[in-house]
Amino acid sequence: MKATKVFVTALLAMALSVGSALAGDLAVNGSTTVLPIAQATAEKFMESHGDVTISVSGGGSGNGIKAIIDGTTDIANASRFIKDKEVEAAVAGGAYPVPFGIALDALLPVVHPSNEVTDLSIGQLRRIYTGEITNWKEVGGADQPIAVVGRDTSSGTYETWKEKILVKEEASPKAMVVASNGAMVQTVAQNRLAIGYIGIGYLNDSVKPLAVEGVAGSAETARSGVYPVSRYLYMFTRGWPTGDALNFINFVLSDAGQEIVAKTGYVPIR
Amino acid sequence: MKDRSALKADRLPKALIALVATSGLAVMLFILWFLLRESLPVLKATTLGALMGGSYWYPTADPARFGMFPLIAGSLGVTLLASVIALPLSLGLAVFLSEICPRRLRELFKPLLEILGFFPSVVLGFLGMIVLAPWLQERFSLLTGLNLLNASLLMGIMILPIVASLAEDALAAVPRDLRDASYAMGATRLETTERVVIPAALPGILQASLLGVMRAIGETMVVLMAAGGAAVVPRSIMDPVRPLTSTIAAEMGETPVGSDHYHALFFAGLLLLAMTLSINLCALWIEKRGRRWRA
Repeated sequence: MKATKVFVTALLAMALSVGSALAGDLAVNGSTTVLPIAQATAEKFMESHGDVTISVSGGGSGNGIKAIIDGTTDIANASRFIKDKEVEAAVAGGAYPVPFGIALDALLPVVHPSNEVTDLSIGQLRRIYTGEITNWKEVGGADQPIAVVGRDTSSGTYETWKEKILVKEEASPKAMVVASNGAMVQTVAQNRLAIGYIGIGYLNDSVKPLAVEGVAGSAETARSGVYPVSRYLYMFTRGWPTGDALNFINFVLSDAGQEIVAKTGYVPIR
Repeated sequence: MKDRSALKADRLPKALIALVATSGLAVMLFILWFLLRESLPVLKATTLGALMGGSYWYPTADPARFGMFPLIAGSLGVTLLASVIALPLSLGLAVFLSEICPRRLRELFKPLLEILGFFPSVVLGFLGMIVLAPWLQERFSLLTGLNLLNASLLMGIMILPIVASLAEDALAAVPRDLRDASYAMGATRLETTERVVIPAALPGILQASLLGVMRAIGETMVVLMAAGGAAVVPRSIMDPVRPLTSTIAAEMGETPVGSDHYHALFFAGLLLLAMTLSINLCALWIEKRGRRWRA
């Protein structure tokens, strides 16, 4: 009996000491789209705040918001706004998620560099993704079939693409599906028949971005609202942030933070 | 007195082992219970027939459609083609290693095979994406090289060393007496291998094959990277497919917990478990039969 008591006390003491060690730690979880921003800003933030350790992981917007609801993370990154169902679940659990718009993301349609097509309308993009247009010559390209590549329907990137391009339609089930922005660049760069879409931060020389409705996707056109395929990126906190979480969010929204946002390839909010 | 303490000392490890064994079993049962609890609520949103037979997988559309038939077809298609590619080759390799190959070469090959069995599947998937896919597309002028054939080839490469190594074990375990008896009857080496050794090792060989098939059904990374991911029933081996495993891996991270989609993904996991379990039962049955044959 006495031995048990001693054991329990020891356990408690251990738990407490671990708890206090975690006091200066900040957990950031969620969307892989926001991950590059979160990582870069966290590194910079830790340089100036030596006592704070920020651990950043990317498990998807849904997982991040779930972690906010469960209280297992301090900040959740999301490439979409919180859903009604998630708000209900959070409020039922006594959590009040607070959103911070921290950057803009513009989605770019991308093709193989050898493709002659340079510009597509939203209607053309929609008909390509629903499978009505199947040949590049129908949109001013060479006479060859189109290999349509999309993202899995639960990704935030797909949601934006659906919202801005497909609207009420669904992508054809025949469209190939890849699991990340990186895989999309990889796939399109390898296939001269392919068309895909990526967040602006993942663009590199191996693929060619297309203009939409005559507007080339860029920081300026996204922020001014001229470029039609762009969206806000968010960080959510459980209740109004305090302490390190508040400092970190303030840093992301500061000029220095937004400079990092721009460097990572996304669009600063101002 | 001394006897009793010896008995006690004997009882402690026994209890410990029993504890470890039951906790393993308890974990397995817990996983099954968890899978059932998380997957069955999907039946509130759709029927079992629509779930298993429906051909449209639009889990986030409004209204959502949870037709898993293309996903099941994708899983079975990749597994079947991978087995067709890998099993004959691995059995040939096993026979070569156990019956034909000089001992010194065998001592080199066997560990090599076992090491290959642990090849990380993500590396294979990467090779499929970067090397195999462009080649397939160019060679057969396809829409894409990320398809059923690509994934099956990679999967075949993955299960080949496992099956070959296990089947070789089965062949090597055939008693020397049997071979000697066969030679004594005047049979040649080929005849002995063909009519004595292989039949005697058949239960083990079949088990090795089933283990390979099971590994293929559950494999995720290779199909996620190389199968193309289109949720359609493949019409040819050059069509992209989307197996159950890659669907779960790609979508679980982005779906709200507790939604119908979440439960549907768990149901896909339950289906995978049912598939591997039935193969496992097959293997058990074969082992039982094999014992009766030998007896």
